[in-house]
Amino acid sequence: MAELVVFYCFAAILVFAAFRVITVRNPVHAALFLVLAFFSSACVWILLEAEFLAIVLVLVYVGAVMVLFLFVVMMLDINLAPLREGFTRYLGLGAAVAVLIVAQLLLVLGSDRFGLERVGAPVRRAADYSNTEELGVLLYTVYAYPFEIAAVVLLVAIIAAISLTMRRRPGIKAQNPAEQVAVRRSDRVRLVKMRSESRR
Amino acid sequence: MPFVTPEFLPALPEILLAVMACLVLLVDLYFGRRHPSWVFLLAQASLVLCALLCIALYPEEPTTTFNGTFRSDGMSAVLKVFMILVTYFVLFYSKFYLDVRDLFKGEYFVLSLFAVLGMMILVSAASLLTLYLGLELMALCLYALVALNRESSMASEAAMKYFVLGALASGTLLYGMSLLYGVTGSLELDRIREYQSVGGEIDIILVLGLVFIVVGVAFKLGAAPFHMWVPDVYEGAPTSVTLFVGTAPKIAAFGMLMRLLVDGLAGVQGDWIEMLTILSVLSMAVGNIIAIAQTNLKRMLAYSTIAHVGFLLLGIIAGTRAGYAASMFYVIVYALMGLGAFGMIIVLGSKGFESDRLDDFRGLNERSPWLAFLVLVLMLSMAGVPPFVGFWAKWSVLREVVAADQVWLATVAVVLAVIGLFYYLRVVRLVYFEEGQEAAPLVCGTDVKVMISTNALAILALGVYPSALLALCVTALG
Amino acid sequence: MIDSLVSLAWTVAKVLAILVPLVLAVAWYTFAERKVVGYIQVRMGPNRVGPRGWLQPIADGIKLVLKEVIIPAGANRFLFVLAPVIALGAALAAWAVVPFGEGLVLADINAGLLYILAMTSVGVYGVIIAGWASNSKYALLGAMRSAAQIVAYEIAMGFALVVVLMAAGSLNLGEIVNAQDGSILNWFWLPLLPMFVVYIIAGIAETNRAPFDVAEGESEIVAGFHVEYSGMSFLVFFLAEYANMILISLLISIMFLGGWLSPFQGIFPDRFTEGFPLGPGPHWLLLKTLFFMFLYLWLRATFPRYRYDQIMRLGWKVFIPLTIVWIVVVGVAIVLDVPPWFDGA
Repeated sequence: MAELVVFYCFAAILVFAAFRVITVRNPVHAALFLVLAFFSSACVWILLEAEFLAIVLVLVYVGAVMVLFLFVVMMLDINLAPLREGFTRYLGLGAAVAVLIVAQLLLVLGSDRFGLERVGAPVRRAADYSNTEELGVLLYTVYAYPFEIAAVVLLVAIIAAISLTMRRRPGIKAQNPAEQVAVRRSDRVRLVKMRSESRR
Repeated sequence: MPFVTPEFLPALPEILLAVMACLVLLVDLYFGRRHPSWVFLLAQASLVLCALLCIALYPEEPTTTFNGTFRSDGMSAVLKVFMILVTYFVLFYSKFYLDVRDLFKGEYFVLSLFAVLGMMILVSAASLLTLYLGLELMALCLYALVALNRESSMASEAAMKYFVLGALASGTLLYGMSLLYGVTGSLELDRIREYQSVGGEIDIILVLGLVFIVVGVAFKLGAAPFHMWVPDVYEGAPTSVTLFVGTAPKIAAFGMLMRLLVDGLAGVQGDWIEMLTILSVLSMAVGNIIAIAQTNLKRMLAYSTIAHVGFLLLGIIAGTRAGYAASMFYVIVYALMGLGAFGMIIVLGSKGFESDRLDDFRGLNERSPWLAFLVLVLMLSMAGVPPFVGFWAKWSVLREVVAADQVWLATVAVVLAVIGLFYYLRVVRLVYFEEGQEAAPLVCGTDVKVMISTNALAILALGVYPSALLALCVTALG
Repeated sequence: MIDSLVSLAWTVAKVLAILVPLVLAVAWYTFAERKVVGYIQVRMGPNRVGPRGWLQPIADGIKLVLKEVIIPAGANRFLFVLAPVIALGAALAAWAVVPFGEGLVLADINAGLLYILAMTSVGVYGVIIAGWASNSKYALLGAMRSAAQIVAYEIAMGFALVVVLMAAGSLNLGEIVNAQDGSILNWFWLPLLPMFVVYIIAGIAETNRAPFDVAEGESEIVAGFHVEYSGMSFLVFFLAEYANMILISLLISIMFLGGWLSPFQGIFPDRFTEGFPLGPGPHWLLLKTLFFMFLYLWLRATFPRYRYDQIMRLGWKVFIPLTIVWIVVVGVAIVLDVPPWFDGA
């Protein structure tokens, strides 16, 4: 009972936040609502006893991805006015298409097809059940091949990002810390031995 | 799911290529400045090695390993060999293109190798998971390759369009996959097919998932009405990348279509045949008719690609083994022709000059009769004129469509192909019967000349003797 | 119904039992900071309020509480107020899974280590939101610096923790301590020495403390993300920062120095190392934590501030490769059952 109440609370927050992400005017607010949405879905996952996934969602998406997102959004001063041009002109058509799609999807994906009687409630586990370990075992045995491919995809992402952004542009004054650290006294100071001049 | 220690042997080509790509990356890091050609040579060597390995490991029986995520069968082996072959040519042209324009970068070859790896994973995927990952690996490399020339705003715009629409397509595909998983409870294509054969009545959600999957694949293939990105990307990307995007990934996309529809969704064949018919007719119409209005050769070839995709789908619409084999034949032949056509743009170009307008081909015959003859061969083959292999490709898919009692579809296809003849012949006219502004004889390196000649002559040879390749496709599909 | 109310009350009591000492510790930690830094710099430090200045934190607290909270014109009111709350909330939430002794823990969850990592990474939002909502250039610059720095060092920190969990074979903090059972040589500081050092330094960077406090950088950007904060809202940020410092010190002690285990274990015969002073107990944990808390102050008084590009270089080019290499080393050691550390698991 209490769990149901908690679930509906988080679910309501999640839906509200997701809705605000696309309706709010300020892009920074939108990003923050997305954070809220991630957080609420993590909470829903915890109710499903998927604590590992929930924590990783917070760790990766909230803690890293969205921070960089916010970073970019805050740096760019996005002017939303031109983006909203023609909004009212296409509103009618867009709304009609959206309503149609939602109606069609509802007809097909009604609760009688994805309801509890078809899918079944998840099994409750004991307190010492570690789904981190289960996931690890599965990932490194049955799903080893997809796991490796995912790793290659990430490697490619790194290569692509670096090769697209790292250009040797002329005229840039950059410091080379390695050189600075390796500097010796003889590179910078020249001790000159000379006799003292006699006072005239 | 019980865990069985996987057999690594069938996946050896993929493993080798992944290792070699990392090695190329390291070589580029440490020796790239002083010996840029090492990267190129090593990349080519790894492709050759990988192709040889694919041939040596040609599977007599389809084998599935890595707990039902990897499948090696005749189709995957043949497609892999041709993808590697095409990429080998592509890298050769690319080196010439990049050298001339001072764009040479080691990452170009690393990303190309990883793209090939993605395609190989894609065509031998036995589960939705590996299929999607392979697709993303390939697509990610291609987006980056398109954008690699940061000085060109055209290329950046093309990359942006490609990326956004590609991501949209991936999202659509994923949504369809999630519905399939929701219904069947499995990611393995075999299980999904079993579900349809056992289930009796087909679930409507399955068909809904199918719609999303077909849309996603159509996006990736560039079939109308999901073709909007194709002309812009082909025109905006550096020509060597256009060459790559237009050839090898098409073969991979065919493999993906086969895996998803034939291996995974055979139970709803009637539904996907209807969807593909619409896509096919639209693609042939859009491609062949709009191409007439183009003045840029890369754009024209982009529309020609859309038309060819329409033809390629015909064989799959036939819904028989022979039909699939005809489609496979078509896609391989198309890749070879596209290689020649885009390769020609590269060969004719020089520093600061792209040679991608139709006017640039005016009077080519006077400047270089041999290259003009090769253009003739390529264009006639693309148009599907008899002695060339393009004709046999079109003929074989049409034969299968007729065999499947869809004569009207075949008629439409023939009519549209005849319309398409016009713009291919226009190029030939420009080359032979028009005066060019430039009269100086054309100079280009012997190596690329040998390459493009081999390419075009292969098309001629295959046109004279097509049955070997066709027979290979038939046996590969078992 | 009654049962659940009782258990709720019990939980609240336990939470208070952690929070109240924590807040007091923060208060006197600030005092200690001023004193320690003072003595290091041959000054007296605060010595007017109360005997030898011991009541200084109370005076500071009263001053901050009574001061007006100023919200700058053009600031985003809601987010401006929310930011310190997020910072403090994240800093305190992490304490839920910290064990103070054998079984002495509020929430004994399996993935405790991950939970702490997640909560500390959420803390950065307080900083970013504060910087943005203040509508001030200096605040935004500070927030940007801090966000980039925290994200960079979080990776190194995360990898260091991966090594710890590999060595311990568990994500549960209590079990990590128990895995170090034996003697002082079995504690993870020795087999994971590079990670120990990386974690200490990354922990300092993660909390934006000197010598990595460019986010505040008073000589360049006034005071960074909290320039515009005053009174209570500033106090809350202050509380969060010091709570985080204490947390990091505690985590270092738990993960690398055997938590509540006694350093005399395995050196003296077993019968001496039972019971209160010499046997395992929370007092050892307290001592170890106090040492690292002192280290924070010591470093602050000793080192000049790092330049920003040096911080980034250290994080990305030194720590991350080092941690990845050590993951491989420890992995090999575990596979080969290298005694005396990796043969049991």
